[in-house]
Amino acid sequence: MFEAVSFYLFSFLVITMFLITVTSNNALYSMSALATGMILISGFFFLLDADFLGAVQIVVYTGAVMAIYAFGMMFFDTTREVKEKNSSAKVVYTLSVLSALLIVVMFAAPIISSNVEALYPMTEGVGNAEAVGMVLFTKYLVPFEVAAVMLLVAMIGGIILAGKKMDQSLTLISDEDHNEEVKS
Amino acid sequence: MSIGVEHYLVLATVLFVIGLVGVMRRKNLLMLFFATEILLNAVNIGFAAISKYYGDLTGQMFAFFIIAIAASEVAIGLGLLIVWYKRKNSIDLDIMTSMKG
Repeated sequence: MFEAVSFYLFSFLVITMFLITVTSNNALYSMSALATGMILISGFFFLLDADFLGAVQIVVYTGAVMAIYAFGMMFFDTTREVKEKNSSAKVVYTLSVLSALLIVVMFAAPIISSNVEALYPMTEGVGNAEAVGMVLFTKYLVPFEVAAVMLLVAMIGGIILAGKKMDQSLTLISDEDHNEEVKS
Repeated sequence: MSIGVEHYLVLATVLFVIGLVGVMRRKNLLMLFFATEILLNAVNIGFAAISKYYGDLTGQMFAFFIIAIAASEVAIGLGLLIVWYKRKNSIDLDIMTSMKG
């Protein structure tokens, strides 16, 4: 009973927040609604016994990703209304066909895959964080290290891109100007 | 009334469709990034639900890696967006054409 009530409550709130995110014409409202939706999604993870994933969702998504978006929005003019000119008939048809197809596939997927067996069954008697650690540092150690290297590359790339002198294009300016700039 | 795996999958589908609509109708690149975050979160819910109802931790592992990919995507994408905004003073998708043809 508690699970059903919280599931429907969180579903209603998350869908409302994401609809605001998608339809709002103000970038600030859109970002705030997205951050709220991210926090509410962690409620589903707690309902699904994935405690560690829920904590990571709050820390990484709302703590890191939305903070980066908030910093990035300081560079843009966010008070202005965003213009959206579109909604031709073709777009509407494509959207509805794709959505219907997705829903059918998602409904059919559990029926087709009813004979799925657990590859790494949950260990009895340990908490979720402990079980996640045991699987992550044995079966998924190499992808874990690769993900760490990928995050390092992303960090260096972000620093380089947002640094100075990146607003000039090296391919668009002439060679003489470039040489003078290097000398000076 | 118990909540089964189908409920979570339907919810994930609805959220994914919302994100897809956002990707298709947005012309502002920052808003387009918001829509992609919605897509990634919808998939995460599906993975966590499958993970619980089949008693397998692999789904949660994939959700963790998706979160890591989303974090690096935001760092790189926002850096590129800032560079583009400094150069062109706009982040509209329609004027992002430098080739003529």
